[in-house]
Amino acid sequence: MNSPTEGVALAKPDDAVAANVNAAVTAAQIVEEVRQASTEPAWLSAARRVTQVAAEHAAAVDREARFPVEAFEAMRRERLLSAMIPAHFGGAGLTLAETARVCETLAHGCSSTAMIYAMHQIQIACIVEHGSAIAWQREFLKRIIDEQWLLASATSEDMIGGNMRTSACAVDLVDGAFHIEKLAPTISYGAHADGILVTARRHREASASDQVLIVAPCDSLTLELRAGWDALGMRGTCSESFRLVAQGRAEQILPVPFAQISDQTMLPVSHMLWAAVWIGIASDAVNRAHQFFRIQARGKPGVLPPSAARLAETVALLRMMQARLKAALDTAAVASEERSSGASLDAACIDAPLGASMTLASDMNTLKLSISTSAIQVVQDTLMICGMAGYKNNTDFSVGRHLRDLFSAPLMISNDRIELNTANLLLAQRTPATGRI
Amino acid sequence: MKSALRRILTESARLDVPADTLADNADLYAAGLSSLATVHLMLAIEDEFNIEIPDRMLTRRLFSSIDTLAAAVTELQQAQAAA
Repeated sequence: MNSPTEGVALAKPDDAVAANVNAAVTAAQIVEEVRQASTEPAWLSAARRVTQVAAEHAAAVDREARFPVEAFEAMRRERLLSAMIPAHFGGAGLTLAETARVCETLAHGCSSTAMIYAMHQIQIACIVEHGSAIAWQREFLKRIIDEQWLLASATSEDMIGGNMRTSACAVDLVDGAFHIEKLAPTISYGAHADGILVTARRHREASASDQVLIVAPCDSLTLELRAGWDALGMRGTCSESFRLVAQGRAEQILPVPFAQISDQTMLPVSHMLWAAVWIGIASDAVNRAHQFFRIQARGKPGVLPPSAARLAETVALLRMMQARLKAALDTAAVASEERSSGASLDAACIDAPLGASMTLASDMNTLKLSISTSAIQVVQDTLMICGMAGYKNNTDFSVGRHLRDLFSAPLMISNDRIELNTANLLLAQRTPATGRI
Repeated sequence: MKSALRRILTESARLDVPADTLADNADLYAAGLSSLATVHLMLAIEDEFNIEIPDRMLTRRLFSSIDTLAAAVTELQQAQAAA
């Protein structure tokens, strides 16, 4: 196989021309960055600075399957970990759409960093929306802001597998103090988190689906490593297997049933922020393919490379993915607005129509299905465009890591399971589920 | 009607406890009724009693017990008979 330079040289025989092109591309990027910096909000500039750091270490994080320490140091410095906590609790109060933008930006530099950030914000959303009536939870949010804590989640369990809506382990509550033990097959970045949100059955006699969500700060839990994380991609998420033991006070248990937290917050927010990460990964691959294509075309003026049509298709598909996510973010914003203004009944209310929540759930499901699969398709196409330069690691046009990272997308809550679940939801809908423009 | 509802619960609802052991007013959600199972329960009830449950009645209250399900079926059957 060719070395990186040979791979590109095949496409552009004249090295001097290539150097000029590269200089022009760099200059254009600088101009673009200056233009953006003058108009964009502070949180987005902060996200770009962190992305820069994340990108520098992305290859090492991937190779060594290690936590992206440098990116998270930068993230803490920029105070991005508390960005989505509402201003009245002392956070930056970013909307979900803005947070999605941060996830997308981070994913341009390092998929694992972006995914960890997304998973952290999902936990924040659960506490903000379902715990903030409790003094202990508000105090915890304050600690997150002050200390820039990172939160992880332990929803999967041995013998239960990926169905996070059932638990085997149960809360042991005695005199306002709880104890819990869980065998978790994966807790992403568990060893690096400052707190973990854990699902469990409400009490010893509760049914498997009668669950609660417990907020366990690091000092209240112990993790015993059971198996490491040597995976195809997303290697920096360090999604290791643990035995988790936690104890604490009853106020650490969110007062709302986990079924409701999951339907209203955890699933929708997960699907939207994951989608933002996957779109970000795919965008970075498309940028690489675009640059490769331009260098290739400049090598032979007047003749388009054979991959030309593929590039156009890829950009078109990527734009469609962005629009799909934007539509979902808009839908979720309207639903959340209606909830907070009292215009619609709280879904927890016994008389709230189930149709509305089913429509939202199937919308979020189809978002997840389409973005997770089309992101892989996009990156596969960029590999065809970049050819050997894309296949090789550590060239400017490598997309192998992007592809490996994205192969996790259909597995994070298996698409097979989500398809069945969506079909079930569609059974209940009499009105057309086809949406509108 | 309630024995038919118990049979449907056994067949479609995948509860954690046998439907035969449930009191008429027992909380079905506490017995492990999931939101997905409510969909199948709804379809089975519509088929069994030849009714269509309108969207306005599709709430957590409807599925909360055998009593509430029976009351809804009765209401819809009466409405159908009157029409």
